[in-house]
Amino acid sequence: MSLDTTSSPHIHSGIHITGMMMRVCLALVPAIIAYTWFFGWGLIINIVIAITTALCAEAMMLKIRQRPIAPFLTDGSAVVTGLLLAFCIPPLSPWWITVMGAAFAIIVAKQLYGGLGYNPFNPAMVGYVMLLISFPLEMTQWVPPNIVNQLGVSFVDTLNIIFTGNFPYLLSIDALSMATPLDTVKTELGLNVTVTEIVRGNAIFGDFAGIGWEWVSNWILLGGLWLIYKRIITWHIPLALMGSLFVISFFFFMVDPDIYLSPMFHLFGGATILAAFFIATDPVSASTTPWGRIYYGIGIGVFIYVIRTWGSYPDAVAFAVLLMNMAAPTIDYYTQPRVFGHSGKDASIKDTTIKDTTGEGP
Amino acid sequence: MRRLFQFRGGVLLKEHKRDATAQSVQPATLPKRLVLPLQQHIGEPAEPIVAVGDKVLKGQLIAKPMSFISAPVHASSSGTVVAITEHPVSHPSQLNAVCITIETDGQERWKERQQAVADYHQLPPEKLREMIRDAGIVGMGGAGFPSHVKLNPGQKAVDTLVLNGAECEPYITCDEMLLRERALEIIVGLRIMRYALQAKRCIIGIENNKAAAFHALQEQVRNTGADFIEVVQVPTVYPTGGEKQLIHVLTGKEVPAGGLPLDIGIVCHNVGTAYAVYRAIEFDEPLISRFVTIAGSVARARNLEVLIGTPIIDLIKECGGNPSTLSRVIMGGPMMGIALHDESIPVTKVTNCILVNATISDVPLASKGSFAMPCIRCGNCAVACPVDLLPQQLYWHARAKDFDKVQDYNLFDCIECGCCDYVCPSQIPLVHYFRFAKTEIWAQQQEKILADAARERHEFRELRLERDKREKQERHKAKRAALTANPKTKAGDSKDSAADAKKAAIQAAMKRAQAKREVNNIPPKNIDNLTADQQRKVDEADRRRSDDQAETKVKATPQTTNQANTQSKNSTAQDSSQ
Repeated sequence: MSLDTTSSPHIHSGIHITGMMMRVCLALVPAIIAYTWFFGWGLIINIVIAITTALCAEAMMLKIRQRPIAPFLTDGSAVVTGLLLAFCIPPLSPWWITVMGAAFAIIVAKQLYGGLGYNPFNPAMVGYVMLLISFPLEMTQWVPPNIVNQLGVSFVDTLNIIFTGNFPYLLSIDALSMATPLDTVKTELGLNVTVTEIVRGNAIFGDFAGIGWEWVSNWILLGGLWLIYKRIITWHIPLALMGSLFVISFFFFMVDPDIYLSPMFHLFGGATILAAFFIATDPVSASTTPWGRIYYGIGIGVFIYVIRTWGSYPDAVAFAVLLMNMAAPTIDYYTQPRVFGHSGKDASIKDTTIKDTTGEGP
Repeated sequence: MRRLFQFRGGVLLKEHKRDATAQSVQPATLPKRLVLPLQQHIGEPAEPIVAVGDKVLKGQLIAKPMSFISAPVHASSSGTVVAITEHPVSHPSQLNAVCITIETDGQERWKERQQAVADYHQLPPEKLREMIRDAGIVGMGGAGFPSHVKLNPGQKAVDTLVLNGAECEPYITCDEMLLRERALEIIVGLRIMRYALQAKRCIIGIENNKAAAFHALQEQVRNTGADFIEVVQVPTVYPTGGEKQLIHVLTGKEVPAGGLPLDIGIVCHNVGTAYAVYRAIEFDEPLISRFVTIAGSVARARNLEVLIGTPIIDLIKECGGNPSTLSRVIMGGPMMGIALHDESIPVTKVTNCILVNATISDVPLASKGSFAMPCIRCGNCAVACPVDLLPQQLYWHARAKDFDKVQDYNLFDCIECGCCDYVCPSQIPLVHYFRFAKTEIWAQQQEKILADAARERHEFRELRLERDKREKQERHKAKRAALTANPKTKAGDSKDSAADAKKAAIQAAMKRAQAKREVNNIPPKNIDNLTADQQRKVDEADRRRSDDQAETKVKATPQTTNQANTQSKNSTAQDSSQ
């Protein structure tokens, strides 16, 4: 008689990595719809390109590294990387931009570091930063809200633009693209125009950030809250990130609202909400202790503000996240929670006596 | 209403408790054979005092404790001792242990029992502890620590005696059924324990999914008018039944790491232990039976009152389990129980549940053999950990065998409750890694102790050899001094004594060589009755030889001294190399 003698516990919650990753994707669906509504079919095509590339790159690297392909390909992590990267790429970018970004993210930022669980940096952000530095022109050709609808650029037209670079009759990339609201503010502030004037003088600004952008952010926020409710992510990083960005931008806004953007613009313009709920919360590269996550989120919030306001890039989410990725292991080390039965705040106060602490069983 | 202090972490589990609590508890059928392990408790194993072939009575002492932290073993039924030998027992190592096997005679003849104790208050606490020890009572919640030790507060004052009726693991319902059916007895047992500990008050903690047990107990407390006993419902969160966790929930106090509840004036016992204490004091009955839940894929999941030593296969059969389809049998709960390797393993004093083929569970069983994904550092384990450890970091360092780091992260505060495993989306067998690391560290410490001892031995040997050598040299010096002292006085001069010694050694060596040669010069024996011619030849040869010898003697002299010198050098070298 051979009985199974694996060690306890003998039951499992049934929640696996794949399930977690799929829920992350699901949480972004409303935002994808909103984005498509305002900016056309580009995002959806980019998502398909990015995910396909990510999966192919993943499979290829697993094969080269002689790792089991099926479990890692189905874990959903490459899908999430592709999806997040697609969100960061201008919707009418040529296909090879997306392909290069996704492949770089998976091959260099993820698999070369050891694959799932071993990458110190957020792969999607590494891919994005590579594109931003290598192809600054393509990466800043964003589409203004609603124009795609107004000009009647269809799904097939979009496919044509992305894959062949052929624009519909009388249109060109210059006609279809423009700077993002954050970029606009940055450029015009450099020309000594006040914030109020900039916002009044441009049609792309909405109620509290850019038209369209603010609505996409709202839907991302909703998806993010759902992830917290489903316990896929914890509240620490999003709250700390948004909180610190709000506080610091509020302070400077109060100092001089003519040269400093409002807190709401910082939160809902650009990729702040996406970063707070979907990018900074990537478990592998983020901090894992409760307090560590708070410091990590605060760090990203501060970096976002600093780079946006005094740096040379209009949005700074990727740089802020990557910078804090570097700090995560150290943060974790210094923010260990106080262990049950240990005195004081410092958990590293150790009791040198070693004994079986397994108490009276249940 | 008592204010409760929920610990952080823990998990909510499906209870699976309804099936086994549907019917009242019946005694299990008397098995043909009882297998009684000599060690069913923490501490030293007991020593058998019966021999194979002895007839024993129910409740008779068959193995006695050999030290303070140990417990005796009693015959659970009357019969004949048929073997005292190694037998499979429930231990993660799957090693056998010595057990006494009794073939039951079916008559259940009791040993002679003492008169019931009229009033335990008349007895000093020491006497009660002695009686509890003699009854072989150990912690019945699972740990099996000898109860008389835990009932001895020593110099420390006990404020609160906590009775643990939380029973937080899924499937297990033996404590719940005991509370429901033997509430009064448990209260009496609790009062005896309180008296033994001289505790001020008692709190009975019961999870709020056991309403019937809670009400039964509350009613008995009201009836007995014991206002120092408080029955408290606690939230159903795993692992509330852990000693330190329950104490925290009920009192808000944390047992210091590496310490005992007694350090904060609290003692915690299981409800089953209270019942056993009651039987021991009031009826002079040793611990020979207990409530056991048989659950999982059996036709009639239920609780039975089982004699200690009953093989689990008997119980599985009795509850309608199919012995031919057994794939996994867990002793204890699904979170902390041990998966048994043999169906003949007996029920011991700490067996609370036998969970058969739990694959029928709607909660998927962790298939540990299957592929575990890498840790993605999601931190779900840290959220679930009831002692606020960081399992993700512990795992990282345990895997790297960095045992200093795992201790930095407080590995030894891990209670192995399994919450981290349960929530891990990568299905990493975290607890397994932690047990491994603990065992390795213990082994290393043991090794260090041995290595230290070996080093000390080695150092002592070096010291001894050094001393011997020194003494030898001193002896030689003294001898030499004695030897050289005489010629010195004779000659009366102050010539170099070393040269003299050398000369003396040469002389001695030459003498020895001469003697050796003389021994070799024994003349051949065939020289009697020689003819004249022969005699002449022999004479000639002798002359030649003696001439040769004279020559060699002159030549050999320096050679011999050289040899002697080399020899003495060699011997010194050998000496020092020893």
